[in-house]
Amino acid sequence: MTIWQVEIQAGGGHPDLTGRRLAADAADLGLGDRLGIRAAYGYLLQGELSREHVELLARELLSDPIVERTTVARAGDPALAARPAGVGPQASLVYVLFKPGVMDPVASSAQRAIADFQLRADEVRTFRKYWIEGLAADRIDTLCAKLLANDSIEQYVVGPLEVSRLQVGAPYQFRLVTTPIRDLDGPALDQLSRSRQLYLTRIEMETIQAYYVRAGRDPTDVELESLAQTWSEHCSHKTLTGRISYRDGDGARHFDNMLKETIFAATQQIRRDLADDDWCVSVFQDNAGIVRFDERYNAVFKVETHNHPSALEPYGGANTGLGGVIRDALGTGLGARPVCNTNVFCFAPPMAAPEDLPPGALHPLRVMKGVVAGVRDYGNRMGIPTVNGAIYFDPRYLANPLVYCGTVGILPQDKSFKQPRAGDWIVAVGGRTGRDGIHGATFSSAELTSDSEAVSGGAVQIGNAITEKMLLDVLLQARDQGLYHAITDCGAGGFSSAVGEMGAEIGAEVWLDKAPLKYEGLSYTEIWISEAQERMVLAVSEQDWPRFSALCASEDVEATIIGRFVPTGRLELKYDGHVVGDLPMDFLHNGRPPVVRDAVYDPPPDAPLSAADGPWRPGAPSRSPGGPVPTWTDALLRILGSLNVASKEWVIRQYDHEVRAGSVIKPLVGMHNDGPSDAAVLRPVLASRRGLVVACGMNPRYGDFDTYHMAASAIDEAIRNCVAVGADPRRIAILDNFCWGYTDRPETLGSLVRAALACRDVAVALQTPFISGKDSLNNEYSYVDPNGDKRTIAIPASLLISALGQVDDVGRCVTMDAKQAGNRIYLVGMTRAELGGSHLSLVEDLSGGRVPTVDTATAKRTFAAIHVAINAGCVRACHDLSEGGLAVAAAEMAFAGGLGMTLQLAAVRQDLGDIGESDRDAYLLFAESNTRFLCEVPPSEGARFEQALGDVPHALVGEVCVDARLRIAGTDAAATLVIDAELADLKKAWQEPLRW
Amino acid sequence: MAKPRVLVLRAPGTNCGYETAYAFAQAGGIAEVCHVNRFLDRPAMSRDFQILCVPGGFSYGDDVTAGRILGNLFQHHLQDAMAEFKDAGKLILGICNGFQALIKSGLLLASDGNGVRATLCSNDSGRYEDRWVHLAVDGDRCVFLRGLSQLELPVAHAEGKFVARDATELQRLANAGQLVLRYVSPTGSEDPSFPTNPNGSQANVAGICDETGRVLGLMPHPERNIDPLHHPHWTRRPQPRQGDGLRLFQNAVEFFAA
Repeated sequence: MTIWQVEIQAGGGHPDLTGRRLAADAADLGLGDRLGIRAAYGYLLQGELSREHVELLARELLSDPIVERTTVARAGDPALAARPAGVGPQASLVYVLFKPGVMDPVASSAQRAIADFQLRADEVRTFRKYWIEGLAADRIDTLCAKLLANDSIEQYVVGPLEVSRLQVGAPYQFRLVTTPIRDLDGPALDQLSRSRQLYLTRIEMETIQAYYVRAGRDPTDVELESLAQTWSEHCSHKTLTGRISYRDGDGARHFDNMLKETIFAATQQIRRDLADDDWCVSVFQDNAGIVRFDERYNAVFKVETHNHPSALEPYGGANTGLGGVIRDALGTGLGARPVCNTNVFCFAPPMAAPEDLPPGALHPLRVMKGVVAGVRDYGNRMGIPTVNGAIYFDPRYLANPLVYCGTVGILPQDKSFKQPRAGDWIVAVGGRTGRDGIHGATFSSAELTSDSEAVSGGAVQIGNAITEKMLLDVLLQARDQGLYHAITDCGAGGFSSAVGEMGAEIGAEVWLDKAPLKYEGLSYTEIWISEAQERMVLAVSEQDWPRFSALCASEDVEATIIGRFVPTGRLELKYDGHVVGDLPMDFLHNGRPPVVRDAVYDPPPDAPLSAADGPWRPGAPSRSPGGPVPTWTDALLRILGSLNVASKEWVIRQYDHEVRAGSVIKPLVGMHNDGPSDAAVLRPVLASRRGLVVACGMNPRYGDFDTYHMAASAIDEAIRNCVAVGADPRRIAILDNFCWGYTDRPETLGSLVRAALACRDVAVALQTPFISGKDSLNNEYSYVDPNGDKRTIAIPASLLISALGQVDDVGRCVTMDAKQAGNRIYLVGMTRAELGGSHLSLVEDLSGGRVPTVDTATAKRTFAAIHVAINAGCVRACHDLSEGGLAVAAAEMAFAGGLGMTLQLAAVRQDLGDIGESDRDAYLLFAESNTRFLCEVPPSEGARFEQALGDVPHALVGEVCVDARLRIAGTDAAATLVIDAELADLKKAWQEPLRW
Repeated sequence: MAKPRVLVLRAPGTNCGYETAYAFAQAGGIAEVCHVNRFLDRPAMSRDFQILCVPGGFSYGDDVTAGRILGNLFQHHLQDAMAEFKDAGKLILGICNGFQALIKSGLLLASDGNGVRATLCSNDSGRYEDRWVHLAVDGDRCVFLRGLSQLELPVAHAEGKFVARDATELQRLANAGQLVLRYVSPTGSEDPSFPTNPNGSQANVAGICDETGRVLGLMPHPERNIDPLHHPHWTRRPQPRQGDGLRLFQNAVEFFAA
């Protein structure tokens, strides 16, 4: 059997873009300046192919002869090691290949496309090839490990490539494995849990042991794995739904199920209050929350996290994170059609010095670029617009990046509920099962350590978006034809979770040998727990199966019966007729001993706002060295250039945010399509003017002060972003995603409980229901520093609130960019002495101060009034005030619209309490008090606007002007300008940091 | 007049079928989205249609290179049906990935003795980008672009850089009036720099037609600007009656009214 190598590189005078990009990345990562990198890529083809065949394929399929040139040779031919023209004699040669068994979508597609030429390749693999100049030979490995290859999915070879066979896998010999457990003592149970990567606690292991003692036998390996998956934090959320003894300054409180008694309870109360007007359909029940949208459709929304995989392999982690949440929407009810995605990321600052990284941690720049590319490639290929997002930076996200991926879908109202029936086939649809992702569910519940890359590499996967797109296309047709009773996605835990959950009320018998495999050699346990991507599980009746199966086949989607729902109340697993597992569903789903945890919250002592060297004197802002800046302009410029505030255009434009043609308010708005929109608006049904609004809120910095106010602020922010573009505040649903540190620590769990209490209080007060949520705990990274000391990086408390709003008529929406000189600017809302955790504090390096709080009664009235004003058509632009307060919001509004603005701080409605006169300007400019908006109103609409606002705090604070400057006058009697800047300078400060 | 029937072809990974069919319907056509497998099953089905549209997306994942695998399918299995369709005086439109597939199949520009005449390759920026562009229409050869001189549409692609085989070929296409759509600055002037020309295309080419003017391939997405609310500046200006892109679909439909 011959292996041919087809090698492709830029030709015909066209540039080697890949080589250039990698050389630039190498410089950014401190791996070497001025490296010369020449990049090529190619294919290894194994099969009965002649040279003429391969040359034909190279010319007509694999390369583009106009811009590329190819070399065809047998693998190992010395010609392939010859240096291309222009590459010096010292250059090193490196090949990078996927590890055997890792998803290689391009290779699979190429193999199928070769068949169109009436030729046959038995195996195909892709490779990348680099010539590297300007780097000492002993640093090549570092370059490969840190830039060219990722060890969790790829291998690299320095020097010529020698391959003898391409296929992977070997025949599997069935052997039933049981694990003696009945006689183990405590430490031995711990050891078993650890060595098998079960991540179960002692008491959970003892519960399992007691079950088998009663049953009079030992568990099989697949039974133990099923229990570990089902009982994992990732699948059961046992900490937050467990028993918690909580204590804070107000006293002690016991929860039997913390989430149920806070966030779920809030929604239940709201639904009771709304009575006949209840617009929630299914909450905290299905794979996504469901609410009513219009007469025909419901809307579904889910946000998931994929943090741990993204820390190890950013591209694959983010890729499969998005793929997973899209399947959540598709697996909700009888299957929702995804209509948009939202993605929020948390990274360490990307300019971190490489030498400061802890061992085993990827550089945050590489993490960020990989995550963005992973989301881009999956979302764009799925044809789902990515319309909203945010990125937060904090050094504590080093080695612990957070990747939140969300999907909104629409679902016909009569398809909103599922019910598998006894006798239905259990059908696996979509991708094949491989060894990828083994132990993802248990692994994502565990703390990362510097060796988790080695231990858990199998948990990292690459997605294949096209497989999922094909699945989506076919399943929505099957749904509309009524060809199945239930559907759910194969996420964490694979078949184990999907079948276990779907059959929980009935019972299931599964024939593991029937599952289609990517390659030979998988044991029954591997098949059962594999987290291979792009798979769904359905309940299809015997009668519908022929039509269902034919429909799938007609679009080349693989559908296979792998078992049957049977009314036994048991989960029975078989392989080739052998029983390999048999557990009562009740023990599997309800047998886990309750987790009992302590949680405490001790409020940090109140501290005044202070600079590093003593009390802060806001009257004297720091200034650029030697620069005569007697104003706050310099601080504003630095806040605009701070990473959280700075423009994310480089990221946003890489996402297709307009596919499906429903885009109404895009993520970038204004005169030059580059201003930061508060929220996205889209029409999920093109023939209708009814719209969905998507936004988010998050304030990890406030959590360092008080997670209650952090959570309240995040909710307020998410809602006000929706309201700012025109959403009806009575129709906003929200999601919670808690990413926290190690919650076995009572203080860490206490801060989470406190945030959940805020969620309950604020949701009820604003009548804004939570409809779904998810948590990711234990986001900490442990390593040993050069001195031999154990160190831990814990993420800040990170609660993302995602909001899904609705508007009756998208034509009434507004954008945030200033529209017309001469229009009035109103500041709606009350400004308080709230600079704690602010971005002014960040850039001035201040500590202490009061963190923003939410006055829910005023907030509710304010949101309602803004909505009335926007709906009445008297608002030309509206922008919410968030990071950086009034000054940043005004600057963004002005430069997005290409129009200047003059404002008077003396006019602002404020409640600054005991803040001294000379200090007031700083608070009025930069305080981050919640529930505030800047509204642009034509003079002719002023009276109507003020009438709509009624007694909601608001004030006319300035106007839009022609000349391109932002001018803000201080509160002193002379109204001295405290900010005076050209829009071009403000915009440049905002755009430059992340414009790559 | 009888409404023309539009075959909107979808392959695995095609993702603009819904809105493209909607645009044809808004223009007065009867559009049907159909899987390429059905076309392969029965190539004669194209006889029931007057317009064939290959919409945007990532057919077959854009694996290997954008549009290549679908283009090869056209070339190897549907060449006769598509040639018959074209020779019958009907219309073919390829948008974005559809353009990539048409150019790679040789349907738009037939290969000559020296091989492929032009291609679409990676953007000079090296990345996928979604942004709005200004376009100028050159000449009156193309049926789809009649009556249009300038328009604004979004592009969203990673591989949209038009490259002709050589300078002679580029000149030949220009002389033949086939370089029908060009990226221009907001004022309509020539400007090869980014982002006016978003991908580095030679001669700022955004779309080309075949020698008959009845086959058009373009990278920008006309179906994403058929409604005034599609335009990024709709909150900043008085609303036009319709989006610029709708005209293109109307032209196709009206072609069969004559």
